Amino acid sequence: METVAVSDMGLALANIILLTILFVVGIAIARLRSLFAIVMLSGVYSLVSATWFVMLDAVDVAFTEAAVGAGLSTALLLGGMLLTSRTAKAEKPFARLAPFIVVLATGAILIYASVDLPALGDPDSPVNTGVGREYLERHYGEMGFPNVVTSILASYRGFDTLGETAVVFTAGLAVALLLGFGERSLAESIRKGGRK
Amino acid sequence: MNPDHHVILRVVAKTLIPLITLYAFYVQFHGDYSPGGGFQAGVIFAVGIILYALIFGVSSALRLIPPSFTRGLAAAGVLLYAGVGIWALFGGGNYLEYGALLDEPEGGHHGQHIGIILIELGVLFGVAGSMLTIFYAFAGRVAEISDEDW
Repeated sequence: METVAVSDMGLALANIILLTILFVVGIAIARLRSLFAIVMLSGVYSLVSATWFVMLDAVDVAFTEAAVGAGLSTALLLGGMLLTSRTAKAEKPFARLAPFIVVLATGAILIYASVDLPALGDPDSPVNTGVGREYLERHYGEMGFPNVVTSILASYRGFDTLGETAVVFTAGLAVALLLGFGERSLAESIRKGGRK
Repeated sequence: MNPDHHVILRVVAKTLIPLITLYAFYVQFHGDYSPGGGFQAGVIFAVGIILYALIFGVSSALRLIPPSFTRGLAAAGVLLYAGVGIWALFGGGNYLEYGALLDEPEGGHHGQHIGIILIELGVLFGVAGSMLTIFYAFAGRVAEISDEDW
């Protein structure tokens, strides 16, 4: 029993530290004006949240957050930043008062609602008693491999994943159509470089 | 760009980029056993190429993987995924019912394995192709970035 209590303490401590880092990074992002620093800090934010997802035993989600949030979107935001502006416009002193009140109210509602949530890993929670338990019990006999996330995503929910792949493809297609593709969309120096 | 510039960055990136690409394929083909799958693998692969483009210049990345190839790759991925569903239809099952892909006895897992590997490959191609297309659309419009621009 004592080791369980100690590990719970450790988990709680790590949770507090990670969430404090997230909070500080969030405040810093809101206060900074340099877009380069903001993009870098949002990458940090994604990486810290990925670590936090690992603590919640959501390894697949953490993996995706680290790859997409810290890796890809940082690079894409940098690319977008280079096309537009490097600094955000300065704001009037009280321009952010109304959004701040909205954020505070939403946060208070969420905290109030979270009191009724089942505990993390509670076997009697709705997530673990319905279709989730069914997947866990049936998937190994039907699939023959251990990762239940893959069998849900690829097989039981294959239609959803097909739709998601189509969404990603559509996003790429839309960006290519909006920003243009082919020789004419490239910068002058790159066009010359490509012909060498 | 001055070739002596950022020499440490270039040397480190040269050793890291093959590892990142290899890791993408590890995540892809180990998705049945460990976290990850086609989506994550596609993103990691795209990030490896984007890192190459950021450090060695967009024009060398364009020579390595041309934008027409990334567009075709994305489309081929979605078609591969949808094609597995049609293959299952020809096997006598429902759309995307992997059990019907192969003519195997009750309780066999080969159809599931092959179906999942193929659709994960489809997701890998679709995601990597789309992400690189988006990156090229942004990065191709900016000429060489000088250090003062940052």
